[in-house]
Amino acid sequence: MSVSVWKANQRRLAPWLFLAPGLLMFAIYVIIPICQSMWISFFDWDGLGEKQWIGTANYVELVDDDAFYTSLKNNVIWLVLYMLSVPAGLMIAIFLNQTITGMRLYKSLFFFPFVISQVVVGLIFSWFYAPGFGLLYNLIELVTGTGVAVLADDRYVTYGIIAAGLWPQIAYVMILYLTGLNNVSPDQVEAARLDGAKGWKMLWHVVLPQLRPATFIAVVVTVIGALRSFDLVSVMTDGGPYGSSRVLSFYMYEQALSEYGYRMGYGAAIAVVLFAIMMVFISGFIWKMWRDETER
Amino acid sequence: MFPRPIEQTAPATQLLYKIAVPVALLLWLLPLLGVAITSVRPASDLAQGNYFGVPSRLAFENYRDVFVNSPMAAYMLNSFKVTIPTVIGAVALSCMTGFALAVYQFRSNLLVFFMFVAGNFVPFPILMVPVRDLTLQLGMYNTWYGLALFHVAFQTGFCTLFMRNFIKALPFELIEAARVEGVSEVKIFWHVVLPLMRPAIAALSVLIFTFIWNDFFWATVLSNSPASQPITAGLSSLNGQWIAQWHLVSAGSILAAVPPVAMFFLMQRHFIAGLTLGAVK
Repeated sequence: MSVSVWKANQRRLAPWLFLAPGLLMFAIYVIIPICQSMWISFFDWDGLGEKQWIGTANYVELVDDDAFYTSLKNNVIWLVLYMLSVPAGLMIAIFLNQTITGMRLYKSLFFFPFVISQVVVGLIFSWFYAPGFGLLYNLIELVTGTGVAVLADDRYVTYGIIAAGLWPQIAYVMILYLTGLNNVSPDQVEAARLDGAKGWKMLWHVVLPQLRPATFIAVVVTVIGALRSFDLVSVMTDGGPYGSSRVLSFYMYEQALSEYGYRMGYGAAIAVVLFAIMMVFISGFIWKMWRDETER
Repeated sequence: MFPRPIEQTAPATQLLYKIAVPVALLLWLLPLLGVAITSVRPASDLAQGNYFGVPSRLAFENYRDVFVNSPMAAYMLNSFKVTIPTVIGAVALSCMTGFALAVYQFRSNLLVFFMFVAGNFVPFPILMVPVRDLTLQLGMYNTWYGLALFHVAFQTGFCTLFMRNFIKALPFELIEAARVEGVSEVKIFWHVVLPLMRPAIAALSVLIFTFIWNDFFWATVLSNSPASQPITAGLSSLNGQWIAQWHLVSAGSILAAVPPVAMFFLMQRHFIAGLTLGAVK
């Protein structure tokens, strides 16, 4: 009996059978926690004892929290400056899109920074910036007479960390564009060349339109990378000096789990704000993908 | 081809280009080279202020010291214990979800698909408190499987996107032909589609290996003891203990970077194919 039910309906049942394990895991660890975080943000909770309902008090507190605004401002700086990796990656990709001997190895080595952990990238740049003996510190000292301790100065610290983040991000964008350039139609480029197009004009009117899929992915991964800036901040400065390099994800972690006490509810409220910002971008990406899917 | 192939330019330009590329590469990797050299610099060099000169000798004992003075070996083992099951789990789950979403037309198909895609973009903090709580309640805090289970679930989002698009590009006639023959859906998955997915499985495996090996956020959220911490979290806490001992920090950094780098160079084509999926139409 049950065998024949399966036989008769297998085309209808099979997709759900195949989806079940993945969907279940995804629901338990991603979908439900998103809702739970929103719920927890209305409570005062230390993670162990009883949760206490406090309504919107966490959000009210956020409005007057200077540290929150510092983090938010830094997130915006991250987002804007991270976008530099898109043109920078494109430039390097164009520079490297040749076929001299050993080019394959050169390209791989340029891509290198993306493969290593952000923790390692953070340590590498801490060493690069280190006052007294850091390479950059000495370079600045050579040029201007006095060195700058980038990571100890609240004016430069965020930019210093972003520069470290840009290093692997540019490598990632570069590889996207190298693949894209590989598939640019040679006929169109030759035809445009016969028409006298070259340099910037060629890039803007002929090449870039063909690179649109690569640009889309580059922008998506760059936005996500910029809003996931936790690792570098944590490793390089631990939010300092005086909290000036915090970003929302780091501040959230600090509130929820650090030695200053476990404020899960307040942390969740910060996370909800970050999530709301991200949702703007996610909706945009999904809307574009939706259009591409339904057009076909 | 864009830009104009260098072979078509004047010999002087060609020579200039051939010099410019390695010089640019050297500048690009300067911070990394600095750390690599520091990792084999004897501590006495650093004490005497020899930070940039040629090391007085190659101090490979720095690497030995890292293993002797810290739980580095345990950290590395923990990373493998988290990473390998995650790769297997996420790839297995997404072969099935990708197959379901690519082959079957049902009403909520796109909805489910975009849910996986959107979930994959979510910022980690929104998951942190509940996932940590869940892991604690399941008694899986400070275990490799607590971390691996979360990673499997989260990576399923990205892997599903990848697998679904890959299967969509396969010739659908193969599946239809099998159906006409009366082959069951499960057997179609196992005998028809899965063998064709080998390149996708290889590409995803290297990518996920790298992502998980390099994960830091969840390593700090779901573990806190050296007995269970992966290398990223371990390295970060060692950095706090080894203040100003840059030769050790550098050696530790290089060690943490070796497995993903090796993976990248061994499986380069798969790695890049995976990373750039969708970058061309």
